[in-house]
Amino acid sequence: MDTAKVEAIIKKHNGDATALLAIMQDVQAEENYLPREAVEHIAKKLEIPISRIYSMATFFESFHLEPRGKHICTVCMGTACHVRGAQRLVEQLERDLKVKSGGTSEDGLFTLEEVNCVGACALGPLVIVDGKYHGNTTSAKISKVVTEIQKVEGGK
Amino acid sequence: MAKINSAKELQAYKDEVVKKVEAAGKKEVAVCCGTGCQAYGAKDVVAAFQEEIKKQGLDDKVEIKPTGCHGFCERGTLVLMHPEKQLYQRVKPDAVAEIVEKTLKNGEIIEAHLYDNPATGEKHKLESEIPFYANQKRLILSNNGEIDPTSIDDYIAHGGYLGLAKSIEMGPEKTIAEVKEAKLRGRGGGGFPAGVKWELAAKQEADQKYIICNADEGDPGAFMDRSILEGNPQAVIEGMTIAALATGADTAYVYVRYEYPLAIERLTIALEQAREKGFIGENILGSGKNFEIKINKGGGAFVCGEETALIRSIEGKTGIPKPKPPFPAESGVFGKPTNINNVETYANVPGILREGAKWFTSMGTENSAGTKIFSLVGKVNNTGLVEVEMGMTLRDIIFKIGGGVPNGRKFKAVQTGGPSGGCLPESKLDLKVDFDSLTQEGSMMGSGGMIVMDDQTCMVDVCKYFLGFLKFESCGNCTTCREGLRRLHELVSLVADGKGDENTIPLIEELCETVEKGSLCALGTTGVNPVRSTLKYFRDEYEAHIKDKKCPAGVCTELITYEITDACTGCLVCKKRCPENCISGDKKQKHVIDTDKCIKCGICKDACKFDAVRIF
Repeated sequence: MDTAKVEAIIKKHNGDATALLAIMQDVQAEENYLPREAVEHIAKKLEIPISRIYSMATFFESFHLEPRGKHICTVCMGTACHVRGAQRLVEQLERDLKVKSGGTSEDGLFTLEEVNCVGACALGPLVIVDGKYHGNTTSAKISKVVTEIQKVEGGK
Repeated sequence: MAKINSAKELQAYKDEVVKKVEAAGKKEVAVCCGTGCQAYGAKDVVAAFQEEIKKQGLDDKVEIKPTGCHGFCERGTLVLMHPEKQLYQRVKPDAVAEIVEKTLKNGEIIEAHLYDNPATGEKHKLESEIPFYANQKRLILSNNGEIDPTSIDDYIAHGGYLGLAKSIEMGPEKTIAEVKEAKLRGRGGGGFPAGVKWELAAKQEADQKYIICNADEGDPGAFMDRSILEGNPQAVIEGMTIAALATGADTAYVYVRYEYPLAIERLTIALEQAREKGFIGENILGSGKNFEIKINKGGGAFVCGEETALIRSIEGKTGIPKPKPPFPAESGVFGKPTNINNVETYANVPGILREGAKWFTSMGTENSAGTKIFSLVGKVNNTGLVEVEMGMTLRDIIFKIGGGVPNGRKFKAVQTGGPSGGCLPESKLDLKVDFDSLTQEGSMMGSGGMIVMDDQTCMVDVCKYFLGFLKFESCGNCTTCREGLRRLHELVSLVADGKGDENTIPLIEELCETVEKGSLCALGTTGVNPVRSTLKYFRDEYEAHIKDKKCPAGVCTELITYEITDACTGCLVCKKRCPENCISGDKKQKHVIDTDKCIKCGICKDACKFDAVRIF
């Protein structure tokens, strides 16, 4: 990551260590994950140990330490979705994308994630693919959605 | 835009706005743009309306208002037409042209878009006639269908900031007395009296005090706070400002989940508009007092809903709870006195000041005044956000408002209070819902999630689900919580897998006590509620898993087998869909599942149009 970008983000927050969470969020918004060099740079500038940043990054669910896939599949695991069979959707996507939940497929195309609840319970079970909500879905329907993307990507 | 400097100026401004709206004489069409409706395509509906009224020359007669969540998520996209409050449901963009032509232009009702009551077959024209709405008391949510969340004028026209003006006139002591008299209790879960909290913060001598709004709504299945922030952010700002002036704080943080980008966007706009009008910033309403509100995006940790953990997170640290006392009111953010309430609690404050404590206590029960918003979800016909007077029975909420359990299935349990709550069986359906009654029965009000379960929901599986959630979200500080929840999850998983024995349940019960007693914050102490309540009310299901090695609900994969019955027509669909290729059989011949190879993914059951796949 460009050091100038990290520099600008730190400056926006006045180099304040109490704004660490916000600084890390801004860096991730740029890069989709927290690159090691950015973490090192933040630590140096704020005069805090690198371990504190990693402690935050691993404590809070929103941070990623590895680059994520081109397409993000998020399965809602809220209680309402759970009782309507969300777990089976995760298993289906794991089979289709050949990746364990939380991981990124080998070709870097897909990251499969779970979220605690997105509050669209009327549409459960629900999978969000690249920001688009697929509500009241089934294993077969969601499988179709990702295989379509796979086909398009494979054809390139 | 000029600042408003006094209660008198505010009243004059309000009158002016109302007059302007009346003079324009436009018919208002409120399109629900809550998260649920947006997922159905509400934004396209709004765009279609805007294009169509232009095309049909109704620009000066009709105003299209994208609003916050109307609550009836099941039937989105919702279109509410004022002033009659006619409701069209399940509106798609391609229906818009006809609605504009027939209804908005000629006043004709289009039957196809009306709500049809599945119980009576009746079609209802008005929002107020639909049982889902008719049985509610919508103090806070009603504004969601009326106002444009990005327009402060709309909020003012509906009486916005009159509560703040009144509070300034009354002064801090009387304001706190009013909130205490209203018996307003914290809507975030604990139910602690807000007025008492305010008073404690007000009493502290300090050079700096803070206000925090807890919008880290982490309970799965609860989305009321987000809907308030998205639909009526000014009410929360007004409530916070009243709290700030009453306690002597001049800075506030709204700690909101990062998964709620729309709420953050709406709040940002609302703060800017409130600042321009002089409701926050310097010299609020000419009072000489200053108050500033900042937004903090949460990092995504359930434990940060706990107030001391949230405070540490605002300070730029990991969200690990601290022992209390000292309470945040004594020593909160950066060691300064801090008043912390949640979104719904603050949203209740303006009404109490405007209408008085007596008005508020005229609703609800003796110790739980006012209303509560619940998200009614799961196996229920009318999924959505409902606001009811405290004291309504679970039965009325689930059956009268929620319309009961879908597909003719049987009601089994209702889970309230999120991962800290419990599951209540049918015998508890006549329980009057308030803070104390739910706790007494081993559940909790929590933030208001209400998840309905039917006979196809396995209570052992539900318990395993919550423990899985909690063990993941435990911050790790207390050993009993970190290790105890993990072991509890293992034990309940053993039961679910059919590997439990006669010692498993006693061990689970013993461990629950250890986790409860040895943990610092509510994540551990109330985290055992899902285990205890399911054991208390659904012990027979645990025993079926342990003794008979059966999952009566047909959920726990280790204990079930899929079989094809004689209803099979031999259509080949399941055979083609099976990911393991373990279904055999020719066309028009009954198919057979090779149970050794079957991974129990359930795809064949979903695919079968003849209900010929059964779980045994």
